[in-house]
Amino acid sequence: MINKTVKNVDEAIADIQDNMTLMVGGFGLCGIPENLIAALVKKGIKNLTCISNNAGVDDFGLGLLLQNKQIKKMISSYVGENAEFERQMLSGELEVDLVPQGTLATRCMAAGYGMPAIYTPAGVGTEVAIGKESRKFTFNGIEKEYLLEYAFEADFALVKAWKGDTAGNLVFRQTAMNFNHAMAIGGKITIAEVEELVEVGELDPNFIHTPGIYIHRIFQGQQYEKRIEQRTTRKMS
Amino acid sequence: MLDKNGIAKRIAREVKDGYYVNLGIGIPTLVANYIPEGINVVLQSENGLLGMGPFPFEGEEDADLINAGKQTITTLPGSVFFDSALSFGMIRARKVNLTILGAMEVSENGDIANWKIPGKMVKGMGGAMDLVASADNIIVAMQHVNKAGESKLLPNCTLPLTGIKCVKKIVTELAVLNVLPQGGFRLLERAPGISVEQIKNATAGKLIIEGEIPEMEI
Repeated sequence: MINKTVKNVDEAIADIQDNMTLMVGGFGLCGIPENLIAALVKKGIKNLTCISNNAGVDDFGLGLLLQNKQIKKMISSYVGENAEFERQMLSGELEVDLVPQGTLATRCMAAGYGMPAIYTPAGVGTEVAIGKESRKFTFNGIEKEYLLEYAFEADFALVKAWKGDTAGNLVFRQTAMNFNHAMAIGGKITIAEVEELVEVGELDPNFIHTPGIYIHRIFQGQQYEKRIEQRTTRKMS
Repeated sequence: MLDKNGIAKRIAREVKDGYYVNLGIGIPTLVANYIPEGINVVLQSENGLLGMGPFPFEGEEDADLINAGKQTITTLPGSVFFDSALSFGMIRARKVNLTILGAMEVSENGDIANWKIPGKMVKGMGGAMDLVASADNIIVAMQHVNKAGESKLLPNCTLPLTGIKCVKKIVTELAVLNVLPQGGFRLLERAPGISVEQIKNATAGKLIIEGEIPEMEI
């Protein structure tokens, strides 16, 4: 079996350079590649374009790269909880491309399916449609307008999984799967960090979410913080 | 006049047995608390879960288990996780029967604006544009007028749109209305203690009133 393991996070990102486009997995702070983001911060790579559903919070997730002014452009669906993001966006330091969440996910997926573009009804009649090709289709008996949206072309995808084996097969845990699967298949080079790296044969092939063919490098991450953004609970009754 | 929980309670009566339902952030989230006994529904959270359960007990929160509002949640027997692309796939393929979301404005032809106020911080549309573009059945939960006292039910939306000709029903603190295919808000029910006159005064778009308007049952 092909071995995809790299020694550590620094080796994993050795060839990520300034001006590159990265897909970064996670939804809010759930399922983000903590080790990879920390390594990008440490290395000081600049002018990055990040495709990520959110932009983290001020002091965690992609917010760390924003604080360091390493991001030139964000392509996201929702960037709410981040004051530094707001400041950079309003001052014009940061370019922002807001994309409907399903369109964002599907543009990642399309890249992994080898399809250059997709048609989606999301955004028809809104400012999202400005400058885009559209076409009417009758599908399941309903005639509707759809927008042409292109697959993302990202130099690297940085994803986080629960378990992975040395062949790069990945298993996600609960809602931490979110964008990680679509980005894992959609990156030109995909780097996966996992909480638990196991030998081949230890994962049941019936229960693998992302086949290792899509993964180029894998390593076991260290010291996961797994911060909770909105801690909501109910009382024992 | 209804409070937020009252609006949620009234909307809960629109939820039918066997529905898959996506609840937006805010008042829509409260709907889950009022789904009647014996009505079996499955809540979809667009970050990748069918079968969303209540908030966890204190000490049982799990960072890997959140809803689309990034709140910690739980699962229920029969729950399933999936990736974001498939999550919006099932939305686009109209497998989700009912979408309930908030709005800043709704127009009399069913357009909705709920993601952006020009000149203010733009946080993004999240999944709202995907949901409104594909859902067959969209109910809007919102206040009838904004904080400045201006109607949110308009002839045309003034804010940037989230989707066009998509809202089917609106439940506010004053009334239940549906949006007619040919345009116009048809008044269906009044909130307890609210007169037709009060609803007229709070509605800027075309309001259609036919016959006696019953008071809503909650």
